[in-house]
Amino acid sequence: MAIKFDKKPGLVIYLTAGDPDLATTRDIAIAAIDNGADVIELGVPFSDPLADGPVIQRASERAVAKGTRLTDVLGIAKEIRAARPEAGLILFSYLNPVVRMGMKEFAAKAAEAGADGVLLTDMIVEEAGEYLEAMQANKLAPVFLAAPTSPDVRLKAIAENSKGFVYAISRVGITGTQSSLTSDASEIVGRLKRFTTLPIAVGFGVSNAEHVKAVGEFADAAVIGSAIVQLIEKTEPKEAAAAVGRFVAGLRA
Amino acid sequence: MGGAIDGKTSALVSPAGPVRSALGRFGVYGGRYVPETLMAALEELEAAYNAAKEDAAFQAELAGLLHNYCGRPTPLYYAKRLSEQLGGAKIYLKREDLLHTGAHKINNALGQGLLARRMGKQRIIAETGAGQHGVATATVCALLGMECVVYMGEEDMRRQELNVYRMRLLGAEVRGVSAGSATLKDAISEAMRDWVTNVRTTFYILGSALGAHPYPTMVRDFHRVISIEAKQQILEQEGKLPTAIVACVGGGSNAIGAFYEFLNDKNVQLIGVEAGGRGSAIGDHAARFAKVGGGVPGVLQGTYSYVLQDDAGQIALTHSVSAGLDYASVGPEHAMLHDSGRATYTAATDDEALKAVVTLARTEGILPALESAHAVAEAIILAPTMKKDDVLMVNLSGRGDKDMGILSKELHVSGAKAEVKA
Repeated sequence: MAIKFDKKPGLVIYLTAGDPDLATTRDIAIAAIDNGADVIELGVPFSDPLADGPVIQRASERAVAKGTRLTDVLGIAKEIRAARPEAGLILFSYLNPVVRMGMKEFAAKAAEAGADGVLLTDMIVEEAGEYLEAMQANKLAPVFLAAPTSPDVRLKAIAENSKGFVYAISRVGITGTQSSLTSDASEIVGRLKRFTTLPIAVGFGVSNAEHVKAVGEFADAAVIGSAIVQLIEKTEPKEAAAAVGRFVAGLRA
Repeated sequence: MGGAIDGKTSALVSPAGPVRSALGRFGVYGGRYVPETLMAALEELEAAYNAAKEDAAFQAELAGLLHNYCGRPTPLYYAKRLSEQLGGAKIYLKREDLLHTGAHKINNALGQGLLARRMGKQRIIAETGAGQHGVATATVCALLGMECVVYMGEEDMRRQELNVYRMRLLGAEVRGVSAGSATLKDAISEAMRDWVTNVRTTFYILGSALGAHPYPTMVRDFHRVISIEAKQQILEQEGKLPTAIVACVGGGSNAIGAFYEFLNDKNVQLIGVEAGGRGSAIGDHAARFAKVGGGVPGVLQGTYSYVLQDDAGQIALTHSVSAGLDYASVGPEHAMLHDSGRATYTAATDDEALKAVVTLARTEGILPALESAHAVAEAIILAPTMKKDDVLMVNLSGRGDKDMGILSKELHVSGAKAEVKA
């Protein structure tokens, strides 16, 4: 139960919880861990995912339509934690479901479920007072996003307020697959390293083994999201865990 | 002014950890809840806006165009026949419907367009619900020679198709959004995705007093001119302030513009009218402040305000006959005014709004936009309960030309008869 990246580069795998269904998400997470994922980012589906591209939008829409709630996501987090005590586990959400539950209650339940940390897509450091208190009170790692557009003064604040790792956004844009990484990715990691010794994970558009290898040359870990969510979308639910397992195993090949 | 916390920016905070910020707060509402990628752009926008606000040349150019291009000041018109028919307060209409492009939206689109030019941004994006903000933005882009992309829900494109054609005629690209309910909320999300992706070159002209700081403050400031003029006009015509001011509230831009200069005049009642739609169940209306079936505070599209949502925090679908009021959240300054009681919020149903269109058309020869008709509907209820020397001011935020398609479907008009279809 910790965020650590033993092998280089580390692998962070994002899943939209409840797509295709909660039990399958749990099984996929376990398969991903067994095939080399260091950290699972368990995404809480939201009706209005404005930082996400079409792939994760569609997954969120399917999961919301199935009635997936934050409480349900906390439930499978607990199951994943019980099944794989050593893996890193992050809850990934837009702010509103968390606000609706209540920040304190959410943090307590996330800790109880065995999560290591939390990433809130639309939470910036300036607004994070209550959030950081709740994280600290429950020994959870707040992970903030750092963007290529963030000036150094912001990167410094982001690095200083993050725990576990810092999530560097590889490019200016929303989530989604792409054919090659831009120079923004190494540039932002280089700037972030001046402010922190925490591991730096690079995500957005990291889609295949070639990208993972490239990320490994300048960062500690790669985050793979849309490519996995797309694979799940194309695969029969009962085959999804095995398919994701094979895909994750191939990422460090 | 008015007890609002104007846009103050806290510096980034030290290793001791940031505290809850004062970024564009209206009481506890407002703030800045966005993906990090947008933060540099919001900070750049805020700095540029603050500089423009103090720049006499910028303000003079804006005032000149508002006067000579848009037609400000708009009249404050005493609606004599309507007042007599209702038999109560004297009703005055603030004629924002007479502005160039047909609604108050041009006040803000022009202000932000000039700001974009000042910042050297050549590509403009906007969202639109009823299409009035999209038309205003397309117009400003034509005027200033800028590229324009407007996001619009496909449901709204269908019901406001004349405005879609208008935007395209003006040279804008209109991009349909099919996600969610395919209305204003979904158009805003898609515009924000575009902005996140093209933030280095693009200026987002947000059309209501919504979104992350500094938008709610900036949009309100550009619409303040409504109440600045109205206050002077009513003093000239009646020698006193109005008893009450009524305005429709979608995001709340025309209402906050109409209310703002009166916030400290505590005897002036401020009444916002939301879309009551076809019923009080979630999904059937857009009445965020309704006591039954209304919203609760939450975060949508960058700001903390009342939000229609389910008990798991998923944003609710909304319904209104008027595309411009059909939105799940509301500007954060209205949330503050609601909680403090300084303004009160009520709702008019689809049918009440449709009937109000007919009433105003046939008593005054003025065809209001369906959005503005919600304010007229409230005036029709309120005026008879008021005294003869009371003054009721209605902000007539837009004209109804764009709604002919919907009206012809929803109203049965034959000779002297005009009825809402069952």
